[in-house]
Amino acid sequence: MTETRADEPLLRVRGLAKHFPVRTGFRSRGLVRAVDGLDFDVRPGESLGLVGESGCGKTTTGRMLVRLLEPTAGTIEFAGRDITHAGRRALRPLRQDLQIIFQDPYASLNPRHTVGRIVAMPLQVNGIDPPGGVKQRVQELLELVGLNPEHYNRYPHEFSGGQRQRVGIARALALRPKLIVADEPVSALDVSIQAQVVNLLRDLQRDLGLAFVFIAHDLAVVRHFCHRVAVMYLGRIVELGDRADIYERPQHPYTRALLSAIPDVTTLGPGGRIRLTGDVPTPLDPPSGCRFRTRCWKARDVCATEEPALVPRDGGRQATACHFPESGPVTAPAPAQRAVAADGDETVDPAATAGPDAQEVAR
Amino acid sequence: MDSPEQPPRPGDPPVVPQQRAGEDPYLRVDDLRVRFDTADGVVRAVDGVSFAVQRGRTLGIVGESGSGKSVTSLAVLGLHDPKRSTITGQISVGGRQLVGLREEEVRRLRGRDMAMIFQDPLSALHPYYTVGRQIAEAYRVHHPRAGRRAARSRAVDMLGRVGIPQPARRFDQYPHEFSGGMRQRAMIAMALVNDPDLLIADEPTTALDVTVQAQILDLLADLQAEFHSAIILITHDLGVVSQVADDVLVMYGGRAVEQGGVEQVLRRPQHPYTWGLLSSVPSLHGDAAADLVPIPGNPPSLINLPSGCAFHPRCRYAARTDGRSRTEVPSLVGAGEAGHLVACHLPADTRARLYREDVAHAGVAR
Repeated sequence: MTETRADEPLLRVRGLAKHFPVRTGFRSRGLVRAVDGLDFDVRPGESLGLVGESGCGKTTTGRMLVRLLEPTAGTIEFAGRDITHAGRRALRPLRQDLQIIFQDPYASLNPRHTVGRIVAMPLQVNGIDPPGGVKQRVQELLELVGLNPEHYNRYPHEFSGGQRQRVGIARALALRPKLIVADEPVSALDVSIQAQVVNLLRDLQRDLGLAFVFIAHDLAVVRHFCHRVAVMYLGRIVELGDRADIYERPQHPYTRALLSAIPDVTTLGPGGRIRLTGDVPTPLDPPSGCRFRTRCWKARDVCATEEPALVPRDGGRQATACHFPESGPVTAPAPAQRAVAADGDETVDPAATAGPDAQEVAR
Repeated sequence: MDSPEQPPRPGDPPVVPQQRAGEDPYLRVDDLRVRFDTADGVVRAVDGVSFAVQRGRTLGIVGESGSGKSVTSLAVLGLHDPKRSTITGQISVGGRQLVGLREEEVRRLRGRDMAMIFQDPLSALHPYYTVGRQIAEAYRVHHPRAGRRAARSRAVDMLGRVGIPQPARRFDQYPHEFSGGMRQRAMIAMALVNDPDLLIADEPTTALDVTVQAQILDLLADLQAEFHSAIILITHDLGVVSQVADDVLVMYGGRAVEQGGVEQVLRRPQHPYTWGLLSSVPSLHGDAAADLVPIPGNPPSLINLPSGCAFHPRCRYAARTDGRSRTEVPSLVGAGEAGHLVACHLPADTRARLYREDVAHAGVAR
């Protein structure tokens, strides 16, 4: 077990990158820059949300954090130790502190093993003999995640999706970790079951003081679970801040578009959405400068030439990688933005749509 | 096993068409029942559901997995294998009765008068043929006299209409060359190529990212305004329903538990299951620190549906109905306002009080 002080980050990530080579036959076709330079910290007992659309690199990031993938560049420090390229043997003690919960509760449990064996596996692999025996510890864990301890001898197929996800959570908790990477832990579950699992994770975090890296595409779920949120786009963090900052005072145009695109049950009818045009560009050949500029209504020349750094504004803690950050709460977009979006074309004419506030910043 | 001609059982929901002023509904479904005989027993996937959709309006069907929402839509399209399923009730599309119609006749309607958009465009599009060819084929099936060139120009036109840039070039590309959002647009183009009057979209945006989902929902709304078609949108996402639906049907265990206008069902919900759904969905507004209020337990298995009200094992208020929830299937009856129906044994005034005290602050009103 490693020791950490409360004021030091438990997890410290600097310049983290993962590039996948793409080949057709023997010819290289370049690199997919799935993750391209991330900096963030996670403090003990804190949950950090990684959000973004498919292909933004959030899952790749999560897998690098628990070292299921080898980073191309950058460093990962856990509890003060550099684990970026630690070998199997060096990782073993760390695995106790660092666990993962997978998205698909059907694929991540061995169908031939009983849940008792599944949950006991991390203890056996690490040669841990808990006081009272393995079985008692496993039954405690099953009870902790809201399963009947009597179901120790049942197989995964006898459980529903929500119950299987609880088995996955019990397995992650078996070694009393300090940090859990949860990769879309509720998105495969039915609506009424999602809330059960989110509440369970919240209780566990509160009671056990766990730190979480919570990867999700559902921003409403993240809002209910995370203290801080990092918004990713094409392998980069575009905005990072406290929950209240990200949801109430988002500064990056992408964060604002993402939030306004979520159909919220509290509003009826098509509200004032910011309509982003086109799709996320390919990470094989990301746009120069700011990667969001091809879909951004505020983009200007500087956005194509200069990549904005992820820096805090106004001395605050909320960092935004944008040349023309927004301010104030998310409101209905100006008519000009929608007019451009409505033609459904992938090209955006920034000059025609840059709002008055953008011009003000530019000056 | 009972025969399809069984008399109505006590507690069966009455046949209640939705009353709306103006034109007749284009689609009318009355007391639809779909049963599958399986080795494990009879599955009553849909058990007495009635609804109607007018042209230019959107009905949202909401439910969890196994609630019968997809089976309902496949029955409307006549896509169930008659050897494996028993379908009773009435389905009338544009005045024609569909149940009992010969396979050949249903096929002539399908694709022309009614069309479907599936959840996963990658598996619904054939990987071996170009996107354009598949759309053109859908056109020529129902326009046998149309030539190759006419079909092609129609397909290119449709690709342009659904917002695909450079449609003439895209016509000759394969599905794998399209992004997820573009594929879903191509699926919509294929569904709309024959100007159907009824469009059924089964979770059309579930596989898509939110910004693309917003594009597709906007597109459906624009196309509906243009073609004046009736749309059924099947989804588990109450947020999507609140944005696009005019009417809502909430299904649980193969039955309708609540239906009515979108404002009635989402703003003044009457059924404890609807309450549960609304208070368990995390919102972008309100107190982020407050716990979500989940519905306990799991959705039921259709093979072994709970007796009485299928929701009673998960209902916080089932004890307040003198045991009727456990023994008697509640009828779908008027919930006060015109067109708002609910199937619950709780007396109306008790429901109103419970909603005010327990639910309003945690759910929609949050």
